[in-house]
Amino acid sequence: MEHIISVTVENKFGVLSRVAGLFSGRGFNIESLSVAPTLDPSMSQMTIVTSGDERIIEQIVKQLNKLIDVIKVVDLNETEFVSRETAIIKVHTKDVDRAEALRIVDIFRANVIDSTPTTYTIEVSGDPKKIEAIINLLQPLGIKDLVRTGRVAVAREPVRPAVAQAKKVVRE
Amino acid sequence: MKLTGSEIFIECLKREGVKTIFALPGGVVLKIFDTLHQQKDVEVILTRHEQGAGHMAEGYAKATGKAGVCLVTSGPGMTNVITALADAYMDSVPVVCFSGQVPTSLIGNDAFQEADNIGLSRPCTKYNFLVKDVNDLASTIKEAFYIATTGRPGPVLVDIPKDVSMAKADFTYPNSVSIRGYNPTYDGNKWQIKQAAEAIMKAKKPILYVGGGVVFSGASQELIELAEMTQIPVDMTLMGLGAFPGEHPLSMGMLGMHGTYQANMAMHYSDLVIAIGARFDDRVTGKVSEFCPHAKVIHVDIDPTSIRKNIHVDIPIVGDCRTVLRELNQILRATVNGEQKDLRKPWWDQIREWQQAHPLTYHQEQDGPIKPQQVVKRLYELTKDRDPIVATDVGQHQMWAAQYFKLAKPNRWLTSGGLGTMGFGFPAAMGAQAAFRDRLVLCIAGDGSIQMNMQEMATAVVSKLPVKIIILNNGFHGMVRQWQDLFYEGRYASSYLDTTPDFVKLADAYGAVGLRVKKVGDLDAVLKEALATDKPVIVDVPTYPYENCYPMIPAGGCNHEMILEDPPTLKEKQSGGAKVTPEDKDTVLTA
Repeated sequence: MEHIISVTVENKFGVLSRVAGLFSGRGFNIESLSVAPTLDPSMSQMTIVTSGDERIIEQIVKQLNKLIDVIKVVDLNETEFVSRETAIIKVHTKDVDRAEALRIVDIFRANVIDSTPTTYTIEVSGDPKKIEAIINLLQPLGIKDLVRTGRVAVAREPVRPAVAQAKKVVRE
Repeated sequence: MKLTGSEIFIECLKREGVKTIFALPGGVVLKIFDTLHQQKDVEVILTRHEQGAGHMAEGYAKATGKAGVCLVTSGPGMTNVITALADAYMDSVPVVCFSGQVPTSLIGNDAFQEADNIGLSRPCTKYNFLVKDVNDLASTIKEAFYIATTGRPGPVLVDIPKDVSMAKADFTYPNSVSIRGYNPTYDGNKWQIKQAAEAIMKAKKPILYVGGGVVFSGASQELIELAEMTQIPVDMTLMGLGAFPGEHPLSMGMLGMHGTYQANMAMHYSDLVIAIGARFDDRVTGKVSEFCPHAKVIHVDIDPTSIRKNIHVDIPIVGDCRTVLRELNQILRATVNGEQKDLRKPWWDQIREWQQAHPLTYHQEQDGPIKPQQVVKRLYELTKDRDPIVATDVGQHQMWAAQYFKLAKPNRWLTSGGLGTMGFGFPAAMGAQAAFRDRLVLCIAGDGSIQMNMQEMATAVVSKLPVKIIILNNGFHGMVRQWQDLFYEGRYASSYLDTTPDFVKLADAYGAVGLRVKKVGDLDAVLKEALATDKPVIVDVPTYPYENCYPMIPAGGCNHEMILEDPPTLKEKQSGGAKVTPEDKDTVLTA
């Protein structure tokens, strides 16, 4: 099952490689990973989308907690959360397709953020299904470039760290 | 007053109580060595290879319980010490390794002897630091020792660029450390401990399964109290040997792939496994799906990731073994009464039956070839009163040492468990000897593995570390040969080593003492002579080459399905004294 894990880490060099190395070294999956600084410049926030059965997810959370540069781990699947992904899509548009492209942009509440005589560059945000859908529609027009941020997510209400046991006490 | 980076380095070592470091110089650490040379507080043991330095630091740490320290140069110095770091990481040994690095201005330029020390060591250290500013050096070293020795111990690397060791800064050593992402749990959850106590009271067929965590947390006394109070048999892992007295009537000896019959049977048929500071390694569990099918599992470990990694756990307790056992004992003391003994009588009857049915066994003929078990047994009997520290390499000899050398106390057993590093034993023994100059330190080795760090004999002689090496010399990589005999139809692919070198002459060449046991009748006399020598000694004992180590659970096999002796086909092959035939040797095309 897919899990979104939110990880607060020290904002210093080498932390990304420790987290990535943990996943590759132990054979865990990473579907996407995004990192950026938080309000506190000494910390960064990672959002990791991964998958596995209950035992694997438990191990992932524990192993992340074990990393010394990791400050907090939250398994967002244990709570309600909202998530978003942004894609920037550069579409090659022949004259006949330009109106169609704009219609699609309209339907998906996407934005055209750049335009040249032969291209539109489109920005779209949403859940992964919405992004897949607009990609499918734009594909016949000719997608030249596609970049996606990977998902970022936040819990709807304040949450406690996942598997609180890892740093404090054993649950159960 | 401002100090240079290398002076700060030494001041920090002194503050951490480090008396001895194991080191090998090189270009970028010359400043540090120059400073070390001009002081007398920290002794430098110059090793002949960085791997040796790493293992010596491990041996020092295992014997003393304090952090072992090694110092190596950049590039090849670093890559050479990696094996020791990986070994320490697997076996949770507190080691602080300092590596030199090219000057900060050159990092990333493929400079001479440059390596990405941080990248190389990341997967085999608990943590690592690159010190870019001399002002951070003292606090970094403080944190390195703190991380290495607290929680689940492990190796920590501090990478010091050349310019940092030469630059000057004000020196203040921090009194305390606070790392917001690192707060190991020492006290177990009280409610969980109560649950554990209740389960222990109710169990009809309980077993204690104890590992290296008991040794590192110093929980032996608490363990003995628990076992005696509740009359529960004790299985030890390879890393846990010595945590519980080997001769104690409640001791089942070692469990696992080459564990005793009673240890493995008791584990398999128990109804309650109490795991303390052990991690359910595959060499212990065998086939996971059929591991302890009837048992509830209590697991005490300071590392939350160890719990439920391989095996389902019913009562997990994250905490320090000693702290948790104290708490547990306190609850049990109030509740234990005579009833448990009656409740468990059938269990003990069963265990004694297993013990009598298949004790550890071998057959030594009066005039026959020397059996390796006999050597370990006699060595044990001759030295047990001197409370020796025993190091081993990896292979058959290691398993025989684990089976027949019944250690009475913790911190006497230096062996490479998780990584299984051949070449570990001799340098580890030297590390322990450096910590305890007056103690008897033995190294039981094979003719294969001793050669993997033989160069350190020069260090032993020069630094006056009188380790006694006993080589069980069977001319083979014995464990490989055993597997080939059992699972590869006896084709000895690259396991035959022949009879070189002459270890007696080799010892002589290094300025050590070399002795050889020619026949079984001479064994005691030669061992006694070795033990009475105050120099490093190699005792070369040519042993029966085809002796196999039993019991054995085949890899992925089930714990109650042990091979107890050579299968009939193998017996037949070896009857009448098997000899190495030309076919056993590897093909050498340019012979």
